Amino acid sequence: MRLILAIMVLLGLSLPLHAQSGALPEVPKATGEPHPEGNEYWRKNHMVLLRHDRDLTLREGEREEIQASLQSCFDCHTVRDEAGEPVTVSDERHFCRVCHDFAAVKPDCFTCHRSTPSDNVANRLMAKPEEPNSIAAYLERLKALEASEAEASQ
Amino acid sequence: MTNRAEMTRRDILKSGAAVATLTLAPGVTLMTFGGSEANAAKADAGKRWGLLIDANKCDANCSDCVTACKTENGWGNDGGEHSSPETESAWIRKVTLRDKNTGRQVSAPVMCQHCESPPCVDVCPTGASMQRVDGIVLVDKHICIGCRYCMMACPFKARSFVHSDVPEQSVNAPRGKGVVESCTLCVHRVDKGRIPACVEACEASGNSAILFGDLKDPDSPISKALKQYPSIALRADLELNPGVRYQNL
Amino acid sequence: MERTIYRTIKATPAAWGVAVLLAAFIAAAGLSVLTIEHHGHIITGMNNQIVWGLPHVFAIFLIVAASGVLNVASISSVFGKKAYKPMARFSALLAITVLLGGLAILVLDLGRPDRLIVAMTKYNFTSIFAWNMILYNGFFAIAGIYLAVQMTQGLSHRVHKAAGVAAFAWRLILTTGTGSIFGWLVARPAYDAAIMAPLFIAMSFALGLALFILVTLLLFRLDGRIFGDKLMKRLGSLLGVFAAAVLYFTAVQHLTALYAEEHAGVERFILRDGGIYTTLFWLVQVVLGGLVPMALVFLRPSRGSTILASFLVILGGLAQIYVIVIGGQAYPLQIFPGYEVLEGFNEGVINSYAPTIYELALGLGGVALALLAAGLGAKILRVLPTNLSDANYPD
Repeated sequence: MRLILAIMVLLGLSLPLHAQSGALPEVPKATGEPHPEGNEYWRKNHMVLLRHDRDLTLREGEREEIQASLQSCFDCHTVRDEAGEPVTVSDERHFCRVCHDFAAVKPDCFTCHRSTPSDNVANRLMAKPEEPNSIAAYLERLKALEASEAEASQ
Repeated sequence: MTNRAEMTRRDILKSGAAVATLTLAPGVTLMTFGGSEANAAKADAGKRWGLLIDANKCDANCSDCVTACKTENGWGNDGGEHSSPETESAWIRKVTLRDKNTGRQVSAPVMCQHCESPPCVDVCPTGASMQRVDGIVLVDKHICIGCRYCMMACPFKARSFVHSDVPEQSVNAPRGKGVVESCTLCVHRVDKGRIPACVEACEASGNSAILFGDLKDPDSPISKALKQYPSIALRADLELNPGVRYQNL
Repeated sequence: MERTIYRTIKATPAAWGVAVLLAAFIAAAGLSVLTIEHHGHIITGMNNQIVWGLPHVFAIFLIVAASGVLNVASISSVFGKKAYKPMARFSALLAITVLLGGLAILVLDLGRPDRLIVAMTKYNFTSIFAWNMILYNGFFAIAGIYLAVQMTQGLSHRVHKAAGVAAFAWRLILTTGTGSIFGWLVARPAYDAAIMAPLFIAMSFALGLALFILVTLLLFRLDGRIFGDKLMKRLGSLLGVFAAAVLYFTAVQHLTALYAEEHAGVERFILRDGGIYTTLFWLVQVVLGGLVPMALVFLRPSRGSTILASFLVILGGLAQIYVIVIGGQAYPLQIFPGYEVLEGFNEGVINSYAPTIYELALGLGGVALALLAAGLGAKILRVLPTNLSDANYPD
């Protein structure tokens, strides 16, 4: 018990020491507009925001007003390697890992989510009725089929 | 862009209740509580998405629906040295059957049947196995502990457990080691106003054996077809009222 | 009649030897879990057809046995049998550690054991699994209180009795919950029967008593204490009654299912055509785990008969749970009644399962954990009487 306490005290002391010695992680530069709430807010609250929006998306199907999604993070916060390819979370330069490695907190996102931006953006926007795989176009085709079948049977 | 810092902590944490935010103009946010009218893009309780599969139209030699699902959702090739077909996921599978008495042969795809009373949702200890208001049954992989009780409970063998690491998933379908998954009825497409990948592929193959639509709308093609022609539910004895129905099976 | 004196066990070289051996099994289980965690369940014999495997057989065995172990205490405080009183403390302790071992296996076999906190904080109350988690935690608390009550000097008989009744009621509910994990599975023809709950209760009586006899005897041997022959014979005949109860419920379960044509397929599979499952059922569960122990304790009651019968009942219990858990999944789901499947992967065929060393190590590690924790408990707490010699019980 005393040992645990001693370790906790040491850990507590070591945090400000890090700060003083300037050993804080160097956060990779992002592209795009800065967050209106400021970086400090996002550094502190990103998990709460992501968790809130993930539940909205998955459980309620809310996909329009979502701001905290991993893919939108990667719109601005992608680190690229020498070849210009986005690095995955297995690379320690990955945006999330820079701070998470420092804080020794393992993010659980990337067991299931991809850690790089995806070229597949087909489903990011609402379907327009003229797109062939939209529900609207599909129903139109069914209606036309029904009409032609009715005609044939007459 | 909505300034999230202005929302109170309580609003943000209150994800259980329906909280919708609507951006009227930059910096001006309208928040509504408990109503779905503010946003049409959410899962709609007035709808129930379903499929009607016509076994007569389904070609025994075609598996375009399975291929399309694999491509769309990125499953079926988890591989690894220890991999075997038994450990691979199967969100959708093709079966060919012969009637024991008459010898008639039919073929059809089987996927999550999106039951109205899903046993997988009943048995899930954490509530990870869940049903949206529009009837789509999903696994919330954020809180799935990988106990596989839902797989024991599903009468259709529709669920799969991911047995090994999945690197760089499809953006359409997050999936990973240690949790359970199944057909999502392409919820990422449906929410954006698109038809599921299997339905699109089946139509493209020329067979058009899978009909997609809203079971609650009496004028939808699927409702009209169900009303007009005989159809069955798999394991109808269990009275689970699945959203996937079969004709000529 | 002498007053019972409770003493902690001594750390003899033999006791150390057993402890080191058990620790080695636990370490092997730990290593196995880390390996499964790293690679995923792909390295185990479990797959998407047989989703629950050997770890679950061991886990269910221990969970079912745990509530049965507590019966020894209940027999003394609820049913007033004085001969069982000296064993009551250790019965409560062993019940706790055996449940601990079983739950450890269950948790470590999860796809995401790191999310145990989710299982503890998010409950879906339509799930019997979620209810079981509450029942397990309640069992720890109630058996713990029961143990404390027994070890506290000067408490009235009524307090003992109240704690005993509460513990007995809770353990019945708990085993009902465990049986209902299978009994409420409507999808699978091998389960989906209300008799699963009473069957599991009967199994818990038999397995718990057998495990209690063997563990107590082992600790007494390690510590050079006397376990009387007459008491052994008495426990043996009780075990025989419990083994008969298991056979009775098993017979009713299968006869009922056989009568319904709907379930005839799965019954033919388990009882006649199931290969390993049929062998396990008839040879190990029914004959070795049921009829032979009954013959031993009733026809030739002796110290040796009770010990052998206890081993056989445990062996039969493991076989029975294996047949229920694995055999029940091996038989295919009947999704298309009246149809024969021509094509379709693993559709309508018997699923095969070959457990690997990882599953076995995990299962045995859970058993070792239960035993080591019980031994440690007996080392720290005064739960074991200095002797259980027959001189104490002139009847």
